[in-house]
Amino acid sequence: MSEPRPTIAVVTFPGSNDDRDAALALDRLGAEARAVWHADHELPRDTTAVVLPGGFSYGDYLRCGAIARFAPVMPAVASFAREGGLVLGICNGFQVLCEARLLPGALRPNASLEFICRDVALRLERADTPFTSRAALGQALSIPIKHGEGCYFADDDLLAELERNGQVVLRYEQNPNGSVADIAGITNEHGNVFGLMPHPEHAVEPLIGSGSTDGALILGSLVDAARERLLTAA
Amino acid sequence: MRATILVRPKPGILDPQGEAVQSSLHQLGFHVDEARVGRVIDLELDDADGETARAELERACEQLLANPLIESYEIAFDG
Repeated sequence: MSEPRPTIAVVTFPGSNDDRDAALALDRLGAEARAVWHADHELPRDTTAVVLPGGFSYGDYLRCGAIARFAPVMPAVASFAREGGLVLGICNGFQVLCEARLLPGALRPNASLEFICRDVALRLERADTPFTSRAALGQALSIPIKHGEGCYFADDDLLAELERNGQVVLRYEQNPNGSVADIAGITNEHGNVFGLMPHPEHAVEPLIGSGSTDGALILGSLVDAARERLLTAA
Repeated sequence: MRATILVRPKPGILDPQGEAVQSSLHQLGFHVDEARVGRVIDLELDDADGETARAELERACEQLLANPLIESYEIAFDG
């Protein structure tokens, strides 16, 4: 018998542009990706995880992610997250989660002011999260970034708290954007919401890009965790 | 009533835009020790009561117009 395919909702905001890549990658990794429109008020009933994809929601007006936070679908995403549901924010999705205060901290313009689009070397700091279980602690990953505002900021107190709680999941080997403590991805305190600037959905296919498939380790971990929740709920 | 809201990067927050502006000013021969770049938001309000309007705008700044973690804001009324 084949394994059940957990439903993972992928939200499209006006200006999202990595939603289809994320859905395609999730489908290929064994999930049933379901497109959810920003104007929807509910998530599909059988949703086991939510992905907020990359892009430029609402034209990045005001601050990246600041307007998307008020999208009609966001209250449903926020209550899903507060009930312990798995939520992954990629790039603009990470910015939206910070603006919605589902993740701590903020993302600022890159220190170089340049838009950076290239593969980066990352170090995995936590392999015991629902988003990283397929990888090993300390593993080196190569995943592309493509952003103008990926400089993660947390003040000293918040940074100390993140480090103490083990919320830093991914760090850059060579800091590309000025992020504090080389942070590339963090979880919330409970570990069910994860945001990262690199794009795992762009590193799942050996024929595309540099050929790295390290992104599949992250998205595959999410599919595993979502399937586990589906089976537990059944 | 008109209100103007000034949003600035908080002191200590890296402001690469400000640094780029400062370096361009230097190239033009202007001697500036520091430049910081913020945002101006002009609002047209129905509310004539200054106190109520100020309280409302403070909420608007906290919830949307500024990100209190990285930005400070100032509210000014101009009649």
